[in-house]
Amino acid sequence: MSAVESALSETQLVTFRETLADEPIEYDGLAAEYDAGEETYHIETPNHRTSVGADDVGSVAAELAAYITNWYFYTQQVSGEITQAFCRWLEGADDRPVPDRYDALETGIDREWGQLRVTTTLAEDGTRRYEVRHIDDSDADAATLTTHTDPFDARDIGTLDADGQYRPLRTAPSLDAGWIFPDLTAGEVYEAVEAFYPATVVNWHREQRGDLDIDHWRDEQDRQSGIYNLITVLPDEAVEWAAAACCDDSQCLKRREWELSEDEALDADGGDGVFPCREPCSMVVAAGREWAKLEREDTQTYEFELTPSEKEQLEEIIDAVADDTVDEIREADLDEGANRYRVRYLREKRFDGDGNLSGTPTGPDGDDNDSTDDSKDHDE
Amino acid sequence: MQSLVIVAHGSHLNPDSATPTHTHADTIRATGAFDEVRTGFWKQQPSLREVLRTARGDDIYVVPLFISEGYFTERVIPRELRLEGWDPELWDSEGISADTATLVAGDIDKEVHYCGPVGTHEAMTDVLVRRAESVTGDPKVGEVSESADSEARQTESDGGFGFAVVGHGTERNEKSAKAIEYHTERLRETGRFDEVKALFMDEEPEVDDVTDHFESEDIIVVPLFIADGFHTQEDIPEDMGLTDDYREGYDVPATVDGHRIWYGGAVGTEELTADVILERAADAGADIGDAIERVRRKTNPATQAAGD
Repeated sequence: MSAVESALSETQLVTFRETLADEPIEYDGLAAEYDAGEETYHIETPNHRTSVGADDVGSVAAELAAYITNWYFYTQQVSGEITQAFCRWLEGADDRPVPDRYDALETGIDREWGQLRVTTTLAEDGTRRYEVRHIDDSDADAATLTTHTDPFDARDIGTLDADGQYRPLRTAPSLDAGWIFPDLTAGEVYEAVEAFYPATVVNWHREQRGDLDIDHWRDEQDRQSGIYNLITVLPDEAVEWAAAACCDDSQCLKRREWELSEDEALDADGGDGVFPCREPCSMVVAAGREWAKLEREDTQTYEFELTPSEKEQLEEIIDAVADDTVDEIREADLDEGANRYRVRYLREKRFDGDGNLSGTPTGPDGDDNDSTDDSKDHDE
Repeated sequence: MQSLVIVAHGSHLNPDSATPTHTHADTIRATGAFDEVRTGFWKQQPSLREVLRTARGDDIYVVPLFISEGYFTERVIPRELRLEGWDPELWDSEGISADTATLVAGDIDKEVHYCGPVGTHEAMTDVLVRRAESVTGDPKVGEVSESADSEARQTESDGGFGFAVVGHGTERNEKSAKAIEYHTERLRETGRFDEVKALFMDEEPEVDDVTDHFESEDIIVVPLFIADGFHTQEDIPEDMGLTDDYREGYDVPATVDGHRIWYGGAVGTEELTADVILERAADAGADIGDAIERVRRKTNPATQAAGD
């Protein structure tokens, strides 16, 4: 057992006795009841059992006291079933008994939620405190990170990525680092996580209880109106490509649970995230609308003259953009197909004055293809 | 436990789109009038589909931070929130009098109070006036006899101000023009401004010709929009001739055709908009104590120091 002396506070004692006056307690390995006839409290944990008078409840063995402070924290200091479940998950409550947990909490128990590292620690009276930082800052000296105390600051931290670009998808793995919430309460850690990753805790909790409601692609299609009606014509195989393109762990940290329909699974990997994705998000729907427009075009046979290396270079460029590795390519690394000089050279060599690859026009009469330009409905 | 849920459009492209929603949520949260204040978006997270499940209250008030009744408030939001039995008729409105409807939300199997949009509440007129005051830096703007010392009127003009309320027009939503006309009329009734007119982006009378529509040398121009974005920051300033290129910015006031244009940007960014959200919830039965008064005091530059 830990060196922490789990002495019970007066408030904890009063609440414990008042609760037992009404009904027995059974919580997380603690079983307690009050025998009014004998004016005795019977307190039992997996390794201890004692019966004491009212005056002696406060001086029970440290391990029993730990069970009582654990009960007090979760039932009196954490409000709401979802926050309780989340905080219990944060300290791995289902995996180890209270004494082991209290030992581990002395140095802190770390859990990851998306790109967040949440560390739970314990005050002497059993109250948990929470520290939240970016997983990339796990080993950083807290003094080098920007300190925040208001959990709603998380909303602003999550708005832009490290390059200052807007993050329309808060669950994208592009959360900026360099900040810390050093000391949050249970209610505050819930709010901070909710602000970083909206609705993820509540959906995770529904999943834990076995009642996550999933809306599949076809449900989503059926529901649309207005400009998004167009996704109803997106071919099924395109949904497969869209899921692989958008919902991969490299693009979104939610674990995709929606499929084409309940009976038609997608082959694309749904990811390994802690929290589930229960329906196609607005980003996927907006992208699906764009692809629905593009997929209305028929294929056409073009003839391009390229060297084998140039053909492979085009493939490398597509990979570099798709995998977001363009910035990793060194300026002078001309072995890389997506190197800027290589690409500029290719453009000089293979584009005509109108920007056509190998001088081949896009349309049969030499027109640019602008049939998908629908700038009027920019972001509806 | 009482929850306020503010629902808004949001954007995949523009981070400023959600700023008013978050700012007003913070203002209301600080009053403590609700046990929690949640926000949900059509285009951002949490989505309209999932916002209600983040609310823990027994009494949930949903207020759309939208300018007008129409497609979003009557169709998209009720559908996404899964309001069972929803029918626009429940609001019994011709376009500007939606108040509240109480329905079970299928997502949480609980009743919620679904309120009319912020933009058509009468209190929004006060926000337009407040924006006129803030953009001119004159709490008495328009009240000629009261404000002779104001910097805003140290001009050769007679001290009177024109006020243009700007909207999209009916091309996108026939009811959006009703909201514009409604507040234009209410502003006119105050008698505070020499001329008050409704102008539109895509129909006559057009905001492009703002100076043709006013005699007043000083014209306050305020778009009845929730958030600043493409239209309010790029289109309208360029269309009015405040600047040739929005990226270079513009003066306030800017002189166009001999008129001084005091362009205020989207009214929804005015802090006092938080008050209208509270009014909507209170009209639907929320118990918010003196929160309206406190928000009015706190967001008023004249009383800010004394506010809480």
